[in-house]
Amino acid sequence: MNFINYLSERPKLTQLGIVLIVFFILMSMTGLYHDLIVERHLFAKSVVKGEIQSSVGFAESMSMILNWQLPPQLVRIPELTFYHPVINTSATYVLIALLVTAGLLYKSFAESVNKSQWLRVNWFQIISKGFVGIIVGLLFIPTLYNWFFGEVTRSTFWEIPFMLQDFSQYLIFEFWQTPVYDPEIEDYEDYGRVRLFTRAIGVTLLFLINLVRELLIGGFETVVSLANVFSDQSGWDWLNENKDKWYSSVPAIPWTVLTAGAFILGYKLQGVGLSILAGFSCIYLAVFGQWEPAMQTLSFVLVAAPVSCLSGVIWGVLAYKSRTVERVITPLLLIAQTFPHFAYLVPVIVFFGIGDHAGAVATIIFATPPMIRLTLLGLKRVSPEVSDAGRMSGCRNYQLMFKVLIPTARRDILIGVNQVIMQCLAMAVIASFIGAMGLGFNLLLALNQLRVGQALELGICIVLIAVVLDKLSLAWADKQTDYFADLSFVERNKTALLFVAVFFAAILFAWFGNWVFADTAKGINYFYLIPHNKGITTEPFWQAGVDYMVSNWRAGIKIFNTWLLVEVLMPMKASFLAMPAIATFVLTMGIGYIIGGIRSAIVVGLFMLFIALTPWWERALITMYMLTFAVIVSVVIGTIVGAICVQNKRATKFILLVCDTFQTFPSFIYLIPVIMLFGVTDTSVLIAVIVYAVIPPTRYTVEGLRNVPESLLDAGDMSGVTKLQRMFKIEFPLAFPHIMLGVNQCVVFALFMVIIGAFIGTEDLGQEIMQQLFSGGNIGSGLMLGLCVAFIGLAMDHLIQTWAEKRKTLLGLS
Amino acid sequence: MSDQQPVIKCDSVYKIFGKNAEKMLQDANGKVVAAEFQKAGCVVGVNNASFEVNKGEMLVVMGLSGSGKSTLLRCISRLTDATAGNIYIEGEDLISMSDKELIELRRNKMGMVFQSFALLPHKTVLENIAFPLQVKGNSTKDSIKRAKDMVDLVGLTGRENYFPRQLSGGQQQRVGIARSLAVEPDIWFLDEPFSALDPLIRKEMQDEFLRLQGVLNKTILFVTHDFDEALRLADRIAIMKDGIIEQLDTPANIVLNPETEYVRKFTEDVPREKVLKIKSVMEPVGDETDFSDLRVSEDALIETVAEAVLGDPKSVPVLNANDDIVGVVHSSKVIHVLFGENSTLESNA
Repeated sequence: MNFINYLSERPKLTQLGIVLIVFFILMSMTGLYHDLIVERHLFAKSVVKGEIQSSVGFAESMSMILNWQLPPQLVRIPELTFYHPVINTSATYVLIALLVTAGLLYKSFAESVNKSQWLRVNWFQIISKGFVGIIVGLLFIPTLYNWFFGEVTRSTFWEIPFMLQDFSQYLIFEFWQTPVYDPEIEDYEDYGRVRLFTRAIGVTLLFLINLVRELLIGGFETVVSLANVFSDQSGWDWLNENKDKWYSSVPAIPWTVLTAGAFILGYKLQGVGLSILAGFSCIYLAVFGQWEPAMQTLSFVLVAAPVSCLSGVIWGVLAYKSRTVERVITPLLLIAQTFPHFAYLVPVIVFFGIGDHAGAVATIIFATPPMIRLTLLGLKRVSPEVSDAGRMSGCRNYQLMFKVLIPTARRDILIGVNQVIMQCLAMAVIASFIGAMGLGFNLLLALNQLRVGQALELGICIVLIAVVLDKLSLAWADKQTDYFADLSFVERNKTALLFVAVFFAAILFAWFGNWVFADTAKGINYFYLIPHNKGITTEPFWQAGVDYMVSNWRAGIKIFNTWLLVEVLMPMKASFLAMPAIATFVLTMGIGYIIGGIRSAIVVGLFMLFIALTPWWERALITMYMLTFAVIVSVVIGTIVGAICVQNKRATKFILLVCDTFQTFPSFIYLIPVIMLFGVTDTSVLIAVIVYAVIPPTRYTVEGLRNVPESLLDAGDMSGVTKLQRMFKIEFPLAFPHIMLGVNQCVVFALFMVIIGAFIGTEDLGQEIMQQLFSGGNIGSGLMLGLCVAFIGLAMDHLIQTWAEKRKTLLGLS
Repeated sequence: MSDQQPVIKCDSVYKIFGKNAEKMLQDANGKVVAAEFQKAGCVVGVNNASFEVNKGEMLVVMGLSGSGKSTLLRCISRLTDATAGNIYIEGEDLISMSDKELIELRRNKMGMVFQSFALLPHKTVLENIAFPLQVKGNSTKDSIKRAKDMVDLVGLTGRENYFPRQLSGGQQQRVGIARSLAVEPDIWFLDEPFSALDPLIRKEMQDEFLRLQGVLNKTILFVTHDFDEALRLADRIAIMKDGIIEQLDTPANIVLNPETEYVRKFTEDVPREKVLKIKSVMEPVGDETDFSDLRVSEDALIETVAEAVLGDPKSVPVLNANDDIVGVVHSSKVIHVLFGENSTLESNA
């Protein structure tokens, strides 16, 4: 029996085979319910209407299974009634309890070293294990039985969103009230302190954002806020009375000043290269008429990014100092990694309302976790000798932290800063959903009007701001002081003096501009501020390009699109939806078991169970279908492109640059051209997802292949391998763990984009989140949906990470 | 010497890692057997270490990796707290010091050099050296000035503004040495300072170190796994194995009279002429009066004078530092020390 031998030598393959066979058997057993679950809503509706039962009793279930038909509770997990624990002391359950206890005790006995003494030493164990046995046998299993085969009473899990919603309302309005004087009704009114607190945060952030913003482009809100504080009247009244005074608004700084400042700062911090990059970026913003929104975004980032960095470092340090903080924070950080952007917005709206400050809060919440993670990582990686050296130099605790540990962990912390800046700008668009002004808001408008050219220009603005801020912050951190130069005051402060000179020159210049441009029809002073959309634009060019594509390629694309939808995507979606819940569990937990043993199986199973218990199981299946398709295609494309590019040094450099650019590009932009070409279909969403998610596998493939030790390649060459053999026998196997990390990243990226795809029109979890957002937000649903998405990501993440780790250990790479 | 207080005094110091280390140590009643502790999940780092180091003396702690030598050093610098025992620094009880006193002690009396240099990557050579001074609260100007002197002392002039990553290993360790000396410490700890360096550089750094010690005359605790290095540098050597100090003696005594099997294994292949000084082979002046015209110093290594002594049929008088004759050395004695134990003829006879 060659076949049996073959299998017994490969236990993992056998296990996989068994899992797949069981899976397909279960898939074939949906029978009665097949049509109901393939149409997303029908099953739930039929249950509500009473056409089908959501669960049937044990005996009936068994007879159904014997007739090759899964009972309904295994097709769609019924609503959990965990308010109704069942205690059953019938003989069967007592027996189960005894068996469990005996099993646990036997295990403990078998593992003990000193067997003769066991009973005397472990009397406590007997009690505790007996207790576990009773709980499992008399409570847990009867409850489970009742849940699956008993009467469904009332869902409580499905009510969690509403409970959370009620709780948050209570927290905001009724919890811990205090009377506050309200000038409008001229009386005291009770306010919840939580609301006052969040409002205070919001007002502070708003003031800061407005202050920076109005220094950059002028305005009167800051003056109003200050008037609110310093005068008895309302700030707006004060403003109306003093409208004509010079101090009633903050004047803008001419764009030329900032541009010159960018040139000078770039030069001062690093040199000519950075100077040119920073300066020309400013010129780009001004010339393309995006100065005002860009400054709005910048003001937003200049407030949100430092706050994120600071709180990230603080929490990172706390986690480093205290094991408890670390233990609490780690799972939160994990969830934050895959929690979709949109889902953050719902609670933020509820607690902070709408506006720039809400956007800033969402951005801060979103951008802080990576900073915490990297700070903690960096601090942990500081060599113990360096910290010893600090202590032996006589550092106090704070000196050790701020002068030794944090600066030494600087590399990782700076990567954190980079991440924060990128996240802030990534959030620029999403925050505009809840009222943040700036480039993101304009980009959203351009998207709605399907104006490709403008969206592209705006996208480039965002990328430029991101890149310049990133490089400036890096250069600033690398700055060093020269202790020997004995310089005069002028020499030491020459950049500052130069800036002051430029400042006045540019203001004079702007003043002259009043005359220079006075005669032109538009009357715009181009030396002062270039109003929004009054600069040059390349839009007609891009529009022509898109028009050309639409008119010439559309027919061909339509054929392809129809084929893809009909032949691939719809069947795939249908088969995902046709999975009975039990089959999904067998598949995911089975794979978990094969990869990481019983622990992984349980972890993945719990993630899936959470999703299955929510009302959004079907939507989650659709998310999974899109995710699966996108990840497979992205990984295939990414590894192939990466493998090809790595053959040539220049191509490698080029592809890494492309990866960097595409990664900073606001993901929304990918949506427009595909909508125009593919219409509002799943294809559009998937293409946008793939374009974005293909970056990590490409990058990690390139890095992985490049980092294969030279000596191994030489060894291969000396054994006389051909180029192809070298690639498939040496390079790929060794680079595999690293490539898997790319796949992991790919899953996260794809998940984000699939959710954003709701903007085009999907019917997955993202759509549900969008609806929560636009309907004012049920905080509970928002959070639960976010968790569903996060758990899909985490389950995949867990499986891939575990596998990669095992491979790494096997290869001796870790 | 005897009435002078030892700079470092260790009194039955134990360091045991693990959960119930203290309780287990109490139960063990002073008799610690590493294997038993290991069974209970504890690792014995230092096992009953007692010794003294006097002012200006260099004690080299030598042992292979895992012997507990670095742990001993860390206990004495209190980077880790000893599980039991007493440590006195210039008569003051180190164990009972508050954090504040400890910081004061480290700021003024201790300097330490690390195996992998442990330089701060974000600071230049000069800033690294000035760091302990700045931490102390000295003004930047003073600190930098002092650091500049230290740069000259360790021969790195011209590289003040380099970052550690721009320096070679040897140069980095010079910075480490300069940093540890910046506060003018009385006690100097060196934790395998030259182990990460290439053999040639290591030799060069050892010479440099001896030169510095000649100038500064610090009290030194030097940890190494290299027996040759220990012989070359030490006034006294403590050889450690599994946390226990196997033998603590002068290099010559260790080479000539290894106390345990373990120590003997190290001394076997040591070229004696490179270790032993004339002092250890000379005999008291007897009745003979027919001396050679040659004179050798008692501190000379045998290697350096062997040729002359062996070429002389008469006994050679040995002089001490004051040029008094303190003994004689005869060529037969030198031959015995050099070749005696390895002679197969003797054993065949």
